[in-house]
Amino acid sequence: MIELDNVAYSYGGGELLSGLTLRLAPGSFHFLTGPSGAGKTTLLKLCYGALVPTAGHARLFGEDVRRMDRDAIALSRRRIGVVHQDCQFLDHLSVAENVALPLTVAGEGGGDLEQNLIELMTWVGLKSRAEALPPELSGGERQRAALARAVIMSPEVILADEPTGNVDWEMSQRLLRLLVELNRMGKTILIATHDLGLIRSAKSQVQARVLRISNRKLQSAGADL
Amino acid sequence: MRLIRDSLGAFTGSDTGADRVVPPTGFTASLTLFAAGAMAFLAVFALALSLAAGRLATSWGDELARASTLRISAPAGQQAQQTEAALRLLGQTPGVASARALSEAEQQALLEPWFGPDLPLADLPVPQLIEIIEEGEGFDGAGLRLRLQAEVPGAVLDDHTRWRRPLVAAAGKLRLLGAVSILLIAGAVAAMVTLAANAALAANAQVIAVLRLVGATDGFIARAFVRRFTLRALGGAALGAAAGSGALLLMPSAGETAGFLTGLSFVGWHWIFPLLVPLLTAAVAFAATAIAARRVLGDLR
Repeated sequence: MIELDNVAYSYGGGELLSGLTLRLAPGSFHFLTGPSGAGKTTLLKLCYGALVPTAGHARLFGEDVRRMDRDAIALSRRRIGVVHQDCQFLDHLSVAENVALPLTVAGEGGGDLEQNLIELMTWVGLKSRAEALPPELSGGERQRAALARAVIMSPEVILADEPTGNVDWEMSQRLLRLLVELNRMGKTILIATHDLGLIRSAKSQVQARVLRISNRKLQSAGADL
Repeated sequence: MRLIRDSLGAFTGSDTGADRVVPPTGFTASLTLFAAGAMAFLAVFALALSLAAGRLATSWGDELARASTLRISAPAGQQAQQTEAALRLLGQTPGVASARALSEAEQQALLEPWFGPDLPLADLPVPQLIEIIEEGEGFDGAGLRLRLQAEVPGAVLDDHTRWRRPLVAAAGKLRLLGAVSILLIAGAVAAMVTLAANAALAANAQVIAVLRLVGATDGFIARAFVRRFTLRALGGAALGAAAGSGALLLMPSAGETAGFLTGLSFVGWHWIFPLLVPLLTAAVAFAATAIAARRVLGDLR
């Protein structure tokens, strides 16, 4: 689904990532860890086409990112749900409208979706906050709203960048459970985090692979956890 | 081409979603509206000026070019005889369609503004005027003067060119000035809308980033802005053009003595021009916003 083949990325100056190969198979669950500034966010951005590798090839659903035009990138985003640590919303629209935003921009809408939206809001525990504006939400509520927004198009892949960075332990467990549930429904999950506790608690619920960025390379870190 | 197609989508279909995703902006919206209105108001006047100058140039150029005047001042006894001689001579001159001596009443009407209605014309040595209407290429002025000198010593030919030419040139310049003003106004509208659209795009950078993240195409994002600015420009320009046309309608009409200033209005089908002003303003705003949006979006990924 998402393949990085011998990819390097440099922001100018030295290379941040180099010789990096990653293949996200359908239904897999990956953690991406590493120290701050190691390039976790950069790696995720390479995975959803926000950055183009400076060397090597990144392929989204079999298509080389370099050969995709802006519209193709936009269309691929509808198959990849992204959750950021500091998730951004359209602050003038209600939470429900924000969650439904991917449908709006894709030009989809209708009766069924209304019901789906309610179910989704219930699933992330935000049904009572549907009419609130994003600035009125707490950190945990924002993360859950962002997760709901990321999955409303029923994407094949969900990329989460420090989804539990701003929330307490209990909330992070709740988010993790939602992500594990999504994985059980067949979604591919990649979570970037430096929270080892989160990874440990995930291991008891799901078959997760742990990748670590160290020294510009990607290493499998399954054994020491 | 795709830019046009995508952006045109803004007006076809009920794409209210694209409208809603950009936060409403109260104050700057009314500024765009006002600027578009003011520009349309000015454009209507520039158009009226240009068209009136054009009409003036045409009428001076046409009517006056086709007409000349022969003035005969002769001693009282010879006036009639010389007039007859002049008319005969003119009748034989190639390029003259007709020549006609003005009647006493007509001459009196011409002099009335200067001397009042009670002028006893018959008692005064008023020169006889002959109106000459030209045809084809017109007559050879210098040749006619030489022949008149020989046969009608009291005749003076005034072919109007002397004073007509600078006036026609001035009217032509005025028309050009009006056209240049319209171009400048269109350019100013484009600049104003580009600035406003750039400001809106910059102010909504976060909105655009969110939209890109959730899979919005450039066309969708551009549409939201293009639609908004085009409708604003259209609305403002419609108000401005209506106000400008209204002002022109309220200009006092001076009837027959209509000079240049009172002629500043639209005539007949020319009234279609003030109707076109809002549409053209909207088109300019559409293009300016579409280009600005594409430029800003091209820098994102």
